[in-house]
Amino acid sequence: MELFGALITLLGSIILLIAAIGLVRMPDVYNRLQVGTKASTMGTLLSLLGIAIIHPTWAGKLIILILFVLFTNPVSSHVLARASHYINIRISKRTVVDKLKVTDRAFKVGEVKK
Amino acid sequence: MKNYITIFVILFFVWFLLNNTLQVEVLIVGLIVSALVTTLVGVMLCVKCNVFSDLKYTPKAILNTFIFLAVFFIELVKSNIDVARRVLAPTRPINPGIVEVKTKLKSKFARMLLANSITLTPGTLTIETRGDSFFIHWIDVKDINVEKASNELIRKFEKYLEEIYD
Repeated sequence: MELFGALITLLGSIILLIAAIGLVRMPDVYNRLQVGTKASTMGTLLSLLGIAIIHPTWAGKLIILILFVLFTNPVSSHVLARASHYINIRISKRTVVDKLKVTDRAFKVGEVKK
Repeated sequence: MKNYITIFVILFFVWFLLNNTLQVEVLIVGLIVSALVTTLVGVMLCVKCNVFSDLKYTPKAILNTFIFLAVFFIELVKSNIDVARRVLAPTRPINPGIVEVKTKLKSKFARMLLANSITLTPGTLTIETRGDSFFIHWIDVKDINVEKASNELIRKFEKYLEEIYD
């Protein structure tokens, strides 16, 4: 049982490692957010699940931690991506289409009036 | 009323998970505390809160909640493998772009859940919502047409959320 839990925790840390490699390899801030924050969801989830299998008495608290990560992680990455788009951080040259720029009027909100 | 019942159930569930025991005394204390906190929240803090009021409690909706969770976790695993492959492949096979999709959901809470599920699935990231439109950063753009992108990205979650809310 302990071996099984340890293997799942190992799998989670491998996913976290892949996320870290992705942070370096991706071309712009949006793709980095994609890889970094999202792979970390699965990585954290698997690591905590492995600990829950090793110590079943902690399972309840670990489930609460997993739920907390699941609810807060998307909010933070959404807000970061939105803020970077609104302050016009350069988007990668490999980008195929950017529909938000075409239809966007809210860019003007942030401009400083002189 | 539905709001208070949902808050009570969530509080009691958290109490149960934190204590991680089935002793009757602990559960009774939990019931009393949850009821007390629910009443206090209802009377003092937010009289007009209606976050959960468009939830449905029919058997069909509860069944759909479980199907939604199952579909969501399967998608999570599938797209994690996909993104890991994109990161590790030597040529970096990405094809990113921001596409627009239209949702049919009316309830605010259901929309929040939909946007969060999209963001949690690796490969797609909700950047902005405006009216019925979601603007999604997609790591591998297959189609820039609004209709087809909606079918590809959000229909799989939307059809279950439609049954649970609205």
